[in-house]
Amino acid sequence: MSKGILYDATLCIGCKQCEQGCATENGLPYDDRIADQQITSAHKYTAILIKDDKFMRKLCMNCDDPACASVCPVGALKKTALGPVTYDKSRCMGCRYCMAACPFGVPKYEWEKAVPGVRKCVMCSKRVAQGKQTACAEICPTGATQFGERDQLLEEARKRIHDNPGKYLPHIFGETEVGGTSVLLLSSVPFNLFGFRTDLTERALPMYTYQVLSRIPDFVPLFGTMLGGIYWITHRREDVAEAEAKEKEQKGGVR
Amino acid sequence: MTVPRIRFTFWKAIFLFIMAAGVYCTFLRFFRGLGASTNLSDQFPWGLWIGFDVMCGVMLAAGGFTLTAAVEIFNIKRFHSIVRPTILTAFLGYLLVCAALMYDLGLPWNIWHPLVMRNPHSVMFEVAWCVMLYTTVLALEFSPIVLEHFQLKRALKVIRSVMVVFVILGVLLSTLHQSSLGTLYLIMPNKLHPFWWSPLLPVFFFLSAIAVGLAMTIFESSMSSKYFGRELELPILRDLGRVLVVVLALYGILRFEDLYHRGVLKLVLVSGYEQRFFLLEMLLSLVAPLGLLLIPKVRESAQGLYLAAVLTLLGFVTNRLNVTITGVETAVGGRYAPRWTEVVITAMFVALGFAIFGLAAKYLPIFPEEKVHIPALHEPEARFAEVAVPVHAGD
Repeated sequence: MSKGILYDATLCIGCKQCEQGCATENGLPYDDRIADQQITSAHKYTAILIKDDKFMRKLCMNCDDPACASVCPVGALKKTALGPVTYDKSRCMGCRYCMAACPFGVPKYEWEKAVPGVRKCVMCSKRVAQGKQTACAEICPTGATQFGERDQLLEEARKRIHDNPGKYLPHIFGETEVGGTSVLLLSSVPFNLFGFRTDLTERALPMYTYQVLSRIPDFVPLFGTMLGGIYWITHRREDVAEAEAKEKEQKGGVR
Repeated sequence: MTVPRIRFTFWKAIFLFIMAAGVYCTFLRFFRGLGASTNLSDQFPWGLWIGFDVMCGVMLAAGGFTLTAAVEIFNIKRFHSIVRPTILTAFLGYLLVCAALMYDLGLPWNIWHPLVMRNPHSVMFEVAWCVMLYTTVLALEFSPIVLEHFQLKRALKVIRSVMVVFVILGVLLSTLHQSSLGTLYLIMPNKLHPFWWSPLLPVFFFLSAIAVGLAMTIFESSMSSKYFGRELELPILRDLGRVLVVVLALYGILRFEDLYHRGVLKLVLVSGYEQRFFLLEMLLSLVAPLGLLLIPKVRESAQGLYLAAVLTLLGFVTNRLNVTITGVETAVGGRYAPRWTEVVITAMFVALGFAIFGLAAKYLPIFPEEKVHIPALHEPEARFAEVAVPVHAGD
């Protein structure tokens, strides 16, 4: 079954231990200056966003049908059965289509490097494969970030909204956005307050291209035959004209 | 007599200056990385090199498949004399696009990866294969020109006997990837501004590639007559102008219908950043060239056709830049303008294109017809007549 992360902003105290745990797990530098950055980057895969006394967490949503993995021409990005969307730099050629296509602006690039790669949260794919939970969920002192089966987390989120009607916004971000994501977010204030797009389509984004791309195999023999046919017909006229001209010439010669 | 000479030296100086700057910027790009040599960022992973060098480069090379389809497949013989320069432009264009891509890719030495690492769900994968195969096809379509130059008659005979297969393949591959450059953006319905995001993007890119192919052919013939002292094939250009009117009209109607059905038409009247760029694009790509070409006097004159062609080219360059840059700026919350190094590299590829075209036109039988018609006046080149005449016997 597919795993997921549930982040409940109402339980978050903004201690940023998830940031710290993430940095340690991924071998990234972490200090007070980095802790103050409320953006994700090639050196910071998750960030706690603060608006007054409200918190929100930014991390890769690990979409169920990710645009990044769909557009990657070499399959460097992949959605694993367990949930994480992983990245393999040895396949990457650096076209950055994943960055252009991601609806959440998640993949970041090592612009300063001569041999750059894409960087993003991969939902601790190695840990998850070993049956462990993600570093951010393990370290979270309040249970704001929780790891588990996505289905169960979704149930839990629905239950929390149902049991506390005034406390939560009746919206689980990630339940249906771009076809659903492994990461689910709960909040008491509108998500767009933190720069999240609330007008995202509920369709899985890869379907937009697939409905065109899937027709190409049928299109090729049809169009090829059409072109060949036009060639055949237009040049047939020429042959006929040539033969007629020859005939005329011969007749002329006889006369 | 001195005037053209000074002019030549002037352009040569400009060319050498751009090349020198280009070499320096190449050093910056490959030794300091993309961050130090471009204004690209996590918000703008694609900039001028993708927007112009790749998107516009492929589009401007569309004359190759448009004209080969017209002449070889539809057998429209009166266009025959202008096929070769368009094949040269296309071949050059694609080589330059591939070279430019090496600058833009973060890990250019992995450019061969799509050959062995496959993701058939990726439009980029399809584009990569099409561009690779089509560049090969263009090399084969171009090869008779080189073979003629060296009088390799047997090889010529072999390549001509199978040429029709390559021609059909070339048109097929071009149709696929010209439209697929639009399909690339279908996956960004929430990112690309509704002026430009449309389920019809592939159709728009394909139709506009044909329009640009025609405009580019008019542009190139006009330039050749100006700088290589070639006779201007005005009757042919007039015909191309008429086809251009039809293609532009079709494109314009489809754009309008699409905006109308998606309910975006009302946005055209609301003042805004995207609206200004959209209006500029419409003016350059549709209103101005169509307006000009619908006036018979303009459509019949060399200058009128040239002006309409240049406007069309500028219009669709604006369109491609709008799709790649303007259209996503609001969604990602920022503005992008290229760094000087990016502009220099782009200028270098444009300059290289002009220079190599000039050299090829000088040393290869790109314009063989004239040599056929008046062999006596071109004694040293008369030998081409033997080779060229049987091939173009239909003319």
